[in-house]
Amino acid sequence: MSDETTGRLGGLKRTVATIAPGESRFETSNTRDANVETTDMTAEAGQSDVATTERNETESSSSGGVEMPTSDRPLGTPRVDDAVIEARDLDVFYGDTQALNEINMDIPEQGVTALIGPSGCGKSTFLRSINRMNDLIDVARVEGELYFHGKNIYDDDVDPVALRRKIGMVFQKPNPFPKSIFDNVAYGLRVQGKDDDVEEKVHTALERAALIDEVEDQLDESGLDLSGGQQQRLCIARAIATDPEVILMDEPASALDPVATSKIEDLVEELAQEYTVVIVTHNMQQAARISDKTAVFLTGGHLVEFDDTNKIFENPESDRVEDYITGKFG
Amino acid sequence: MSTETENPFTEGTDDIERKRTIGRVFVGVCFGSAMVGVAALVILLADVIIEAWGWLTWDFLLYPPTQSPDNFLGGIRGAGIYPAIVGSIFLIALTAVFTLFLGVGAAIYLEEYAPENRLTSFIEANIANLAGVPSIVYGLLGLAVFVRGAQLGAVLLAGALTLTLLILPIVIVSTQEALRAVPDSQRNAAYGVGATQWQVTRDVVLPRALPGIMTGTILSLSRAIGETAPLIMVGAATTMLTAPDGLMSPFSAMPMQIFDWAARPQTEFHHAAAAGIVVLLTILLLMNLCAILIRNKYDPRS
Ligand SMILES: Nc1ncnc2c1ncn2[C@@H]1O[C@H](COP(=O)(O)OP(=O)(O)O)[C@@H](O)[C@H]1O
Ligand SMILES: [Mg+2]
Repeated sequence: MSDETTGRLGGLKRTVATIAPGESRFETSNTRDANVETTDMTAEAGQSDVATTERNETESSSSGGVEMPTSDRPLGTPRVDDAVIEARDLDVFYGDTQALNEINMDIPEQGVTALIGPSGCGKSTFLRSINRMNDLIDVARVEGELYFHGKNIYDDDVDPVALRRKIGMVFQKPNPFPKSIFDNVAYGLRVQGKDDDVEEKVHTALERAALIDEVEDQLDESGLDLSGGQQQRLCIARAIATDPEVILMDEPASALDPVATSKIEDLVEELAQEYTVVIVTHNMQQAARISDKTAVFLTGGHLVEFDDTNKIFENPESDRVEDYITGKFG
Repeated sequence: MSTETENPFTEGTDDIERKRTIGRVFVGVCFGSAMVGVAALVILLADVIIEAWGWLTWDFLLYPPTQSPDNFLGGIRGAGIYPAIVGSIFLIALTAVFTLFLGVGAAIYLEEYAPENRLTSFIEANIANLAGVPSIVYGLLGLAVFVRGAQLGAVLLAGALTLTLLILPIVIVSTQEALRAVPDSQRNAAYGVGATQWQVTRDVVLPRALPGIMTGTILSLSRAIGETAPLIMVGAATTMLTAPDGLMSPFSAMPMQIFDWAARPQTEFHHAAAAGIVVLLTILLLMNLCAILIRNKYDPRS
C-alpha cells in the first residue's frame, strides 16, 4: 500500500499556502521526491536531516523539520518525510482531566491517515486540536505544539478562523443547515467571501462528493430532506467546496447503514488523491481498507503506535496494539 | 369464545381490577382539575360577553369616551374607547422595539459571547429573579427614573420604557432558552467551514432561534398590554379624549380606561368596561395566535 501511496504523492501537485505566509519557514515544493520509503526514516527520526539529504536540499527545514522529542514517541514510524501536520508533545485538558498525553506524530501530505482506538481515548480531541475547534470548548486547554506547514497553529498570531479555512471538517453526525442543498454547499464560499462562480463551485463540490447525480434536480430543496448518507456527503461537499488542504473527518460513517458507509469510504479514498484526509474511526476494517497511515490511541490519551496501515494491521510493534486490533479488548 | 379451553389468565384478575379502579379515580381527579381552569375561563368570557352585548359597536371602537353615559348607546354623539386603543397599540409597538433590541441583545451577549464565569452566572441568576418582581415595583422604578429622573413626565415614552423594564427579564430568559436550543452541531458546522463568531450567530444561530425568540417576545408583550399597575404608577391618564400623537404625548391605555369605567357608579359605564375588556382580550388572543402560528410555521420538525 505504501508504494501506491508514495506514487500517488509524487504525482500530485498542489499549491501549498501557509497560514501566516510572511512567516513561512520553508519553501514548499511540489517536486519533492516522494519515492523515499517512509519506513527508512524511522530509525533516525530524531535526526531527520540525515534522511532528508537524500532529497531536495531546499527542503531540509520543511517536512519533518520540527524535532521530535525522544521520549513520548510512539512506536512505529511517528515521523514522515512529507509532513503537513506535526504534533509535538501535544496535551489537551478538559478542566483538570487530561484527554491527550504528549502526542507526537506527523501527518503526511495527501492520503488517508486513520486515528483508531477505543472510545474515550482522545481521537476526536486530537482531531479537533488540528483545526482548533477545541477553542470553542470553554474548559478545553491545549499545551504543546501543533505545526501546520511548519507553523505552530497555537502561536498567538494564528487566527483560528483562517486556519479552519484551510482545514475543513466533517462531523460524526451529518449536520446540514436547514437551508437548500445549494445554500448548504455554498455556505463556506459565502462566509469566506469566495463568492465568484458560486454556482460552478457548488456543482464541482457536489460532483466530487459523489452526490450530484442524486440531487441535480433538487438543489433548491432542503438539505434536511436527504437520507442520512446523502446528508453526510452533502456535508463533505460543503467542506470541500472552499478547497481546503486538509479534511478532518470524525467517524463520518458511524451513523450510517452499510451501503451509505461504503459510499463514504469510496469517497474518502477518492478525496485522498487531492486532499490530506485525517479520519477517526472505531471501525478497524474501515481503517484497514481506506487508510495509508494508522495511529492507534489507547486509553489515557496516549498515542501508542503510528505507522503504515499494513504494518499496524499485520505486524504491530506494541502488544497492546496487537491485542486491540485482534479484538482482545476495546 | 370457546368454552372447552380453560382460560389461563384468571389468576390475579381481582387485583388487576382493583389497581385499574385506582387508576380511574386518579384520571377522574386530573380531569376535574383540568376542567376547573377551563370552566373559569368560559364563565369569565361568557359573563363579560353578555355584559358587553350590544355595547360593543363600531362607534365604541372609533369614538373617545364622554362623561355622559347615554352617548355609549347611540346617543347624540358616539362614545367609546378609541384613544385608549391607540394608546395601547403605540405603547406595545414601542415596547416591542425596545425589548427586541435590549432583550435579544442582552440574551445574545449572555448566551453566545459572555465568558462562563461567576459574574455571568450572577447576572443570569438576577435576571431570572427580576422576572418575578411585582409589576408595581417596576411602576415605581419607571416613575423615579423616567418620569421624574429623566424629566419625561407621564408620557407614552415613559410608559413604554417602564413596560420594557417589566418584560425585559422574561424576554431575556426566553431568548436565552431559544438560543440554547440551537444544537451545537449547527454551530460547529459553520465554524468548521471558517465562519467567524459573528457569521455563525447571524447565519446559523439567530435564524434557528428566531421562532422561539418571537414566541417568547410576543407572549411577554401580551402580558404587557394588559398591565395596569405600572401605568398607574407612571401616571398614565385614566381617560383621554384624544389619541396620543407622539412619543412625548400624554396617553391612556385600555386597562386604565377599563379600570376607570368599572369604578364608576352608573351601570352604563360597567357595560362600557365589559366592552373594553372584550376588545382587550381579542387583541391579546390575536397576539397569542400570532405566537402560535410563528411557532408552528418554523417548527424544525415540520
Ligand atoms: N467537551 C468536553 N468536556 C469535557 N470532557 C470531554 C469533552 N470532550 C471529550 N471529553 C473527554 O475527553 C476524553 C476523550 O474524548 P474524545 O476525544 O471524545 O474521545 P474519542 O473520540 O476517542 O472517543 C474522554 O474522557 C471524554 O470524556
Ligand atoms: Mg469521538
